[in-house]
Amino acid sequence: MKVRTFEQGIHPKYNKELTEGKAFKFASQPEEVIIPLQQHIGAPAKPLVKKGDIVNLGQKIGQATGFVSADIHASVSGKVLAVEKVNGSLAVRIKNDFEDRKDETIKAKGDLKDLSAEELKDIVKEAGIVGLGGATFPTHVKVSIPEGKKVDKVILNGAECEPYLTVDHRTMVEQADKVIYGLKALMKMVDAKKGYIGIEVNKPDAIESMQQAIKAEDMISVVPLEVKYPQGGEKQLIKAILDKEVPSGGLPLDVGVVVNNIGTAVAITDAIQTGMPLIERTVTVTGAVNEPQNLIFRIGTPLSQLIEESGGFVGTPGKVIFGGPMMGQAQSDLDRPATKGTSGILVLSKDEVGAYPQAGPCIRCARCVDACPAKLVPTALVNLTKADMNLKLQDYHVFDCIECGSCTYVCPANIEVLQWVKLGKENLQAELRKSE
Amino acid sequence: MSDRTRLTVSPGPHVRSKESTSSIMFNVVLALLPTTLTAIYYFGSSALMLIIACSITAVATEALFQKLRGVPVTISDFSALVTGLLLALTLPPELPIWMAIVGSIIAVVLGKQVFGGLGYNFFNPALVGRAFLLASFPVAMTTWKMIDVTSSATPLGTENPAGIAIKDLFLGRVGGSLGETSAAAIILGGLYLLYKGYIDWRVPVGYLGTVGLLTTFVGKGGPIFHILAGGLMLGAFFMATDMVTTPVTKKGRWIFGIGCGVLLVIIRVYGGLPEGVLYSILLMNMFVPIIDKYTLPRAFGEVKING
Repeated sequence: MKVRTFEQGIHPKYNKELTEGKAFKFASQPEEVIIPLQQHIGAPAKPLVKKGDIVNLGQKIGQATGFVSADIHASVSGKVLAVEKVNGSLAVRIKNDFEDRKDETIKAKGDLKDLSAEELKDIVKEAGIVGLGGATFPTHVKVSIPEGKKVDKVILNGAECEPYLTVDHRTMVEQADKVIYGLKALMKMVDAKKGYIGIEVNKPDAIESMQQAIKAEDMISVVPLEVKYPQGGEKQLIKAILDKEVPSGGLPLDVGVVVNNIGTAVAITDAIQTGMPLIERTVTVTGAVNEPQNLIFRIGTPLSQLIEESGGFVGTPGKVIFGGPMMGQAQSDLDRPATKGTSGILVLSKDEVGAYPQAGPCIRCARCVDACPAKLVPTALVNLTKADMNLKLQDYHVFDCIECGSCTYVCPANIEVLQWVKLGKENLQAELRKSE
Repeated sequence: MSDRTRLTVSPGPHVRSKESTSSIMFNVVLALLPTTLTAIYYFGSSALMLIIACSITAVATEALFQKLRGVPVTISDFSALVTGLLLALTLPPELPIWMAIVGSIIAVVLGKQVFGGLGYNFFNPALVGRAFLLASFPVAMTTWKMIDVTSSATPLGTENPAGIAIKDLFLGRVGGSLGETSAAAIILGGLYLLYKGYIDWRVPVGYLGTVGLLTTFVGKGGPIFHILAGGLMLGAFFMATDMVTTPVTKKGRWIFGIGCGVLLVIIRVYGGLPEGVLYSILLMNMFVPIIDKYTLPRAFGEVKING
């Protein structure tokens, strides 16, 4: 088995054994869901319901505004309690009547071979599907290929290189056929001739399962990948599988590729086969909880409930993270709802968070230089940012940083390298705007 | 649940590697142990005294300097200990202790603290200390005690390099500074650092390779003699690889190692003093900022420049 990868990167402890063997379970439905109208990159959706309305399961309650935006649907049936600001953005609060009364618009869309590319794109758009890897880019935008660009390959990202997370892994083991169906739909949407599924070799059962599922497909290949972070980074994945570099400042489109997440493919399949929009998703609840597991939950379920569902905290929690330990976001509030972008709920104990020792001086060990998957010189970016030499940052390709955090991870001096680089990016952007 | 739970909110990554500045420096000390023990074995108590004096002085000087400046005292990062130990290993075994103490103070103050401390210095502090001692006490710094061999100078000072057995050079049964005589002990420590990833192989390979190649054609004694004699092994594995004062880019490390090699051969073959290692590294230290600047790696996705 030829194992492919990109250059550099890091090997953090993966900790996937906590949940990788655990089949999905449905989380119990909450009494109340809080559904934010912005669960995607782009403009927030506009509310279509008001307080007192009765809504059905799967009913559209938020209308996308503009092209880069996504529709929002009710994840339970029941009564709208409020349309209000939650954590700074508008959300619809629904009292669950536990009837799961399906909206009348929800019906199967027909067979994949009968649906045109345009029809498929509409289905994806109507279902409010966004990238489920965590970045939540609206999928219908991704499959709308701009004039003059040609796409001939679709890659499904089954690398799942974030430590702890196992939802893509379980999906490939349990729902291989749905993954392939979704991939074929994506290929049809962008008119691609070839499909690839990249999977890190620490998921042998997923590789096996997907290989079984593609036996009859000669246009789709499973590509084993080295276990390395950030192997699932879009550009790193393309480099590993096709040995092509997405040009600096460019998109996968520029090398004829569209990359999607495993879960996204399954959501597309569901939207076609049952007509059900994106109202539930999979999440790994893991770390310092009593029963780490993989759950399927209704969008808008409070974080606290998913943690309780997983046996509650072990000891005192230090951090609760949406996503994985490398790129996930620490949460301050356990009432916050889990949304389309929540691929993981990781609890780190108080001891694990502890106090990071104070940052020491850079000893120029070059660990960040050797780790950076974008081949930058992070230590130089930090120094230039500190010295306010923002325009110089361009010569050091600061905008090519993919913000994977490998530099901060390896730094023995505990410098928040990525934070400095992000600040540098912002400063440079401001400077460039000024000179325009 | 939420009102009683105090959660830390900070940006990712939320996990870190276990390595720290002090663990790296401590491992350098560990890697120097074989050489240190060999020095004590061959040169006895005089070596032990020098090693202790330099180490204690370096650490104490760093603490005192930082106390006086009112900045945090950072001796627990082991970097001062590395400086003191390395300096000791470059000294002749019979050097008066007070000279070693002066050298150690200079190494820490002039080689490191005046630039702002660890990470900000341009020159290898131990070599700064040695350079000072060499300039101030040239006679004491070049008087060698012999270990049961008949020649009367360090191997590099001899008129007849061919007369020295390779085996003696390798094991360290020759005259010389404390830590530079036994190539075997140095390689043992160097391999450990390579294995742990604390030094980049490009530097010692570039340095030793260049010296080996050039001395095949110029100078007396041939490549094996030149590589094993004098302080080259210690310099190549423990000084030219000093993280702070060498380039951070891979190409830069090649250039640094090769540059050291070229300078060393010029100094040894055409210069008057057998001080090639000291000056080759200190001179190349000066080029580090410019080397780093012009050896930026090709960023991922950056269009390849024609040619």
